[in-house]
Amino acid sequence: MIEDLIFITQISIKSSVAVLLATVGGIITERSGVLNLGIEGMMLVGALAGFAAGHFTQSPMIAVAAGTLAGGLLSLVHAFFTIALRSNQVLSGLALTILGTGLANFLGRPLIGQTGVRIRQLPIPLLSDIPVIGEVFFNQSPFAYAAYLLVPLVWFALFRTRTGLVLRAVGEDARSADAAGVNVELTRALSVFVGGLFAGLAGTYLSLSYTPGWKETMTGGQGWIAIAMIIFCTWNPLLAFFGALLFGGLTALQFFFQATSMDLIPSYILKMLPYLLTIGVLVLVSASSRHRKSASPADLGVPFYREL
Amino acid sequence: MIRVEKRKEPLRYQGAVAASSAVVIAFLVGCVIFAGLGVHPLTAYLAMGKGVFSSVDAFSEVLVKATPLIFTGLAVATAASMMLWNIGAEGQLVWGGICAAGTALFLFPGMDAWLVIPLVLAASALGGLVWSLIPALLKAKLKVNEILTTLLLNYVAIIYMEHLFYGPWRDPAGFGFPGTAQIPEAAHLVRFAGTRISLGFPLALLCAVFLFYLLKKSIWGYQVLVIGKEQRAARYAGFNVNGKILTVMALSGAFAGMAGMVEVCGIHYRLQTGLAVGYGYDGIIVAWLAGLNPLAVPITAILLGALFVGGEQLQSVLGLPSSISLILEGALLFGLFAGQALGGYTVTISGRSKVAS
Repeated sequence: MIEDLIFITQISIKSSVAVLLATVGGIITERSGVLNLGIEGMMLVGALAGFAAGHFTQSPMIAVAAGTLAGGLLSLVHAFFTIALRSNQVLSGLALTILGTGLANFLGRPLIGQTGVRIRQLPIPLLSDIPVIGEVFFNQSPFAYAAYLLVPLVWFALFRTRTGLVLRAVGEDARSADAAGVNVELTRALSVFVGGLFAGLAGTYLSLSYTPGWKETMTGGQGWIAIAMIIFCTWNPLLAFFGALLFGGLTALQFFFQATSMDLIPSYILKMLPYLLTIGVLVLVSASSRHRKSASPADLGVPFYREL
Repeated sequence: MIRVEKRKEPLRYQGAVAASSAVVIAFLVGCVIFAGLGVHPLTAYLAMGKGVFSSVDAFSEVLVKATPLIFTGLAVATAASMMLWNIGAEGQLVWGGICAAGTALFLFPGMDAWLVIPLVLAASALGGLVWSLIPALLKAKLKVNEILTTLLLNYVAIIYMEHLFYGPWRDPAGFGFPGTAQIPEAAHLVRFAGTRISLGFPLALLCAVFLFYLLKKSIWGYQVLVIGKEQRAARYAGFNVNGKILTVMALSGAFAGMAGMVEVCGIHYRLQTGLAVGYGYDGIIVAWLAGLNPLAVPITAILLGALFVGGEQLQSVLGLPSSISLILEGALLFGLFAGQALGGYTVTISGRSKVAS
C-alpha cells in the first residue's frame, strides 16, 4: 500500500513537470499583459528541436539548449504580431499553435522512430536516501530539479524585484507604466520570449526524458492544460505547483490502474479525466471569483497604442 | 521623407486586401521552405498546381475537402460574429459523426434513403449542438472562458469516439480493424457524376447563404452583430446577451456537427480514425480569412481545400511531407494579420499619399 502510494506520487511529479514549466512561463508572459495561446505549438517545436539536436550531437546540454531556444524563437513571431502590429492576441496565439504543429510535423518526419539522447532519473546523493520524501522528490530527472528551483525563483523575480514590479505594472496598466518611463513594448516582448523559453524547455522534457523519442502531437494538449492552470493558480507561480500536480496525479492514476489492470474505472474515462478536471477547475475558479476582484492582470490581452 | 500614419477611415476593401496579402505572404513563406529543402519553389508550386487543376477528377477532390471546411468555417464564423471563440468545432464535428453513424447503423437500419438522410442529418446537427451547449452554458451562467472549454472538450470527444470504434461499436467482421461496420447504403449521400463530391457540398453552400441572411436580415442576427461589436451598449439596450450566447453557440455547434455527417455519410461510410483530422481547427482559418462573411466562407474553404490537395501532391510527386500545408495554413493567418495591420496605415512619401497594401 505504502509502496503503491510512493509509486503514484513519484509518477505524479514526473508527469507534472512539463505542465509546470509551461505554466510558469505562461504566467511571466501574461503578467506583462500578453495572452499567448501558442504554448502547445511552442512545446511541440521545443520537443522536436531538443530531440533533433540530441540525435545529431549526442550532447544532452546542446539538446536542452536547442529545445529551449526553439520555443523562445517561435514565441518571437507572436511578440512581433501582437506587440508591433497589435494583431488580435487570441487569433495570433492560435495561429502560432497551428504553425508550430505544422513545423514540428513537417521537420520531424524523418526523425520518427529514431533514437536520440535520453536524460534519465538522477538520484540526488543524501537527499534521495530520506525515506519516502527522497524517493518521491529527489529521484527524478534533472528537469524536475530545474523546475523546483525555477518556480520559487520566478515568484521571487516577479514579486520581490524591481524588474518584476515593472513587468507587472506593464500588465496592469500599460499607459501609466509608459508615462513612468517604462518601455512597454520591450518589456512585453521579453516576457513573451521568456515564456517561449519555458515552453520550449517543457517540450524538451517530454522528448528527452518523459517519453524519449519524437512523435507527432506528443504534447497531447498539455500546452492547453497549462493555459488553464495559469488561471487556476491566479497567476502565481507558487500555486502552479498544485495545478500541475493535479494534472500529474491523474496521469499517474491512469498508469497505476493500467499497470495493476484494475478495471475500477474504464480506461477511456481515465484518459478523459485530465481534460474534464481542467474544465472543472476553470468552473470552480469562475464560480468562486465572481464576487471578488479578478486576479487577472488588468491589461491582459489589451494592445498598447502609444500614439493615442 | 517617408511617414507612416494611422488611417482615419478604414480601407474600402480592407477584407479583400488583407486576405490577398495573406495568400502572398503564405506563398513567400512556402518559397523559403522549399528553397531551404533544396527544391526549386517553382517546381514545388507547379506540382501543387498540377495536382489541383490537371483534371476534373483532381479539382473535384478540392471541393470534397472544402465541404467539411465550409461547415466548420461557418461554425467558427457564427460564434465569432458575437466575439465568441468556438475552438471546439473539431469535437462538435466528432459528435456529429458519432450521431450520424449511430443513427444510420442502429436506429433506422432498414429505412428508405429519403427518410434516413434527413434523420441522420438532424441527428448530427443535434450532436454538435448539444456538445457546444456545454461551453455555452458554462460561459452564460458562470463566465467560464469558452476558448479553453471548447478546446479541451475536443480531446474528450475524440477519446470517446475512439472508445466507441475500438470497443462497443467495433465491426465484428472487421478483422480487428478499428472502425464501425459500414453504414447502410440508404444513408450514403448521393455523389455527383463519378466524383467523390456528395450532396454535402450544395448543402454547405445552402448553409452559407442561410447564415448570411440570418445575420444580415433578421432581428436575431442584428442583435448578435451588435453584441459582437459593443457588448456593454447591447446590455444597456436590453439585449439578452446570455440567451444569445446559447443560441449562437448552438447554431455554431450544429454547423460543425453537420461537417461530421458529410464526412461519415459522404466519404468514409463508417466511423473510423480519419474523422478527426483537424477540420475543426482549419475552420478558424477559413472563417477569419473570409473576414467572418458567410458568403466568403466557401471561397476560402475551397482555397484551403486546394492547399490540402496540393500538399498531398507534393508528397506523392516530390516526397515532401504533406504537413507542409499546415505550415502554410499558419502562414496564411499571420499573413492576414500583416495585411490587416498594414491596411490600417497610410505611407506618405514626400507629400504624396500612397496606399500600403
